[in-house]
Amino acid sequence: MTGSSSPPRRAVDRAGKWVDRGFRFQAAALYLFLYVPIGLVVLFSFNAGDRTGELRGLSVRWYQRALDDPFAMGALQNSLVVGAWTSVIATTFGTLAALALQRIPRSVRAVFDAITYVAIIIPGIVIGIATLIFFVNAFGWINPQLAAIWAAAGLGAAPKIGTGLHTIVAAHVLFTMAIVTVLVRARLAGMDRSLTEASFDLFASPFRTFVQVTLPQLRPAIVTGALLAFTFSFDDYVIASFVAGPGKPTLPMYVFSSIRRGITPEINAIAAMVLTVTVTLLIGVSLIYRRSSRVAAAQRAAELADAEVTEP
Amino acid sequence: MTRSGAGRWRSRIATALLLLPAAAWYALLLLVPLVILIVFSFGGRAPEGGYLPDFTFANYQALPTRSTAFLNALWMATGGTILCLLVGFPLAYYLATRAGSQRTLLLVLVVVPFWTSFLIRTYAWLTILGNNGIPAWLESLGFGHVVLLNTPFAVLLGIVYNYLPLMVFPLYVSLERLDKRLLEASKDLGAGRWATFRQVTLPLCSAGLLSGVILVFIPIMGEYIIPALLGGGKVFFIGNALVDLFLQSRDWPLGSAAAIGLIVIILTAVTVYLRVGSRGGQTREISLL
Repeated sequence: MTGSSSPPRRAVDRAGKWVDRGFRFQAAALYLFLYVPIGLVVLFSFNAGDRTGELRGLSVRWYQRALDDPFAMGALQNSLVVGAWTSVIATTFGTLAALALQRIPRSVRAVFDAITYVAIIIPGIVIGIATLIFFVNAFGWINPQLAAIWAAAGLGAAPKIGTGLHTIVAAHVLFTMAIVTVLVRARLAGMDRSLTEASFDLFASPFRTFVQVTLPQLRPAIVTGALLAFTFSFDDYVIASFVAGPGKPTLPMYVFSSIRRGITPEINAIAAMVLTVTVTLLIGVSLIYRRSSRVAAAQRAAELADAEVTEP
Repeated sequence: MTRSGAGRWRSRIATALLLLPAAAWYALLLLVPLVILIVFSFGGRAPEGGYLPDFTFANYQALPTRSTAFLNALWMATGGTILCLLVGFPLAYYLATRAGSQRTLLLVLVVVPFWTSFLIRTYAWLTILGNNGIPAWLESLGFGHVVLLNTPFAVLLGIVYNYLPLMVFPLYVSLERLDKRLLEASKDLGAGRWATFRQVTLPLCSAGLLSGVILVFIPIMGEYIIPALLGGGKVFFIGNALVDLFLQSRDWPLGSAAAIGLIVIILTAVTVYLRVGSRGGQTREISLL
């Protein structure tokens, strides 16, 4: 029995080895595919020559050039401001909405959920158009009113509200807030309700229960949501190109218009810096996560041990 | 639990206040503009651009003049999704079943590009596909003059490059959850690799497969940056037509009709996804990370 079955079995194993090698080769090729282009951008950012494509020695002069470029740095600052505000507003309102959604009738919740998903799946280009339409109409209505009020009060020229960084933030919040809501709701659904009930049983006020019990459990979802909101906002070109004000481009807008004029090593240097900051942030956050989850696990273990010891 | 009427009202008002900012945002920046978009799509174009009140189907009748954009987006979104699936599935399978101790690291390496700038990832290919890149290299090898940039090939490449992580991740999650004992059972019952794959693995990971397909298909349909950079105006999508109609030629009514067309395509795709997903009786999930 064993004698007759062993040769074909070995044949299968050998085939298995080849299948394994095939998978490994495909995976390796894909990782090269994913990282070589990014690597080339970084490599050419150190190019001493003037053109991308031919490497003529290494230098950091394009970094110097980028850091001294007032337009690039202005755009970077605009993007950071927009990303930070988007992240704060989207995380706050998105989390509040997720908490409220737990407490409303099912029919209303279904409608709200549907709108949330529409806000996420709708392409950026449509969000850009929709928000542009809103702002054009809103400003077309508000500005004459302001002018009338200012004229009536005799204050002279009324301030005119127009597009700018604030309109980009408003448009970015629309879809990033929806993402935060979805993430926090998923976390709420998986949350241990008995802890909240225990907190109430121990006479904690609703607010205290929220701060000391609910919020810590939601933290991973909130942090992820805030990071995603910032990243999407910082990265967005399409929506910003619709609702940005004159003379206030974001970094992607600056990069996009520069590319249209031709690739320079300076753009590569900016790209490399953005990549470095993103990856560093990611690593930092994941390290904090890992540490806090390890601390929490250790704490829980200690508490369990404590409980066992004190129990007679 | 008995609560006084006043307490219940206070709780309701608190809930409404929590929901108010999000509701206002959606209403003002999403729902109202979508209604305006529908109204505009039946309107006329003002001489200086913009919108003129009217009721006409002319904009929808004029949509076929932009059919290239629609057809390009449709076939390349379909082709790009299939390519992502063909390329991404083996990787997800490898990560879920064979990667061993390096699994976490390899998974992180798939996700990292997703967090980096989309614009930078796309433009990285400009140099590679441009005249100083692969074409020059091929020419030196004696392949003659090859044009890669501004072709459908370049756009498809950009699509696969950018959207691959979005396909791999849901696939990985569903393959990782798959009960390995079922695979062994299938093997013990005499099924070969291919039969096991087709009859056990594929049906069990269909939820992840569907999520991956929809997560990739929808954003490609609305893509603007990839065709703009790698298609160079020769290969353009609905997104590029919309930018042209709204920002350059300022034909808002026709642009609104095209935008409604894009929304209809996407809602159709989502409806099909929900139908197919619920028919399989499997849990649906949209995983963002």
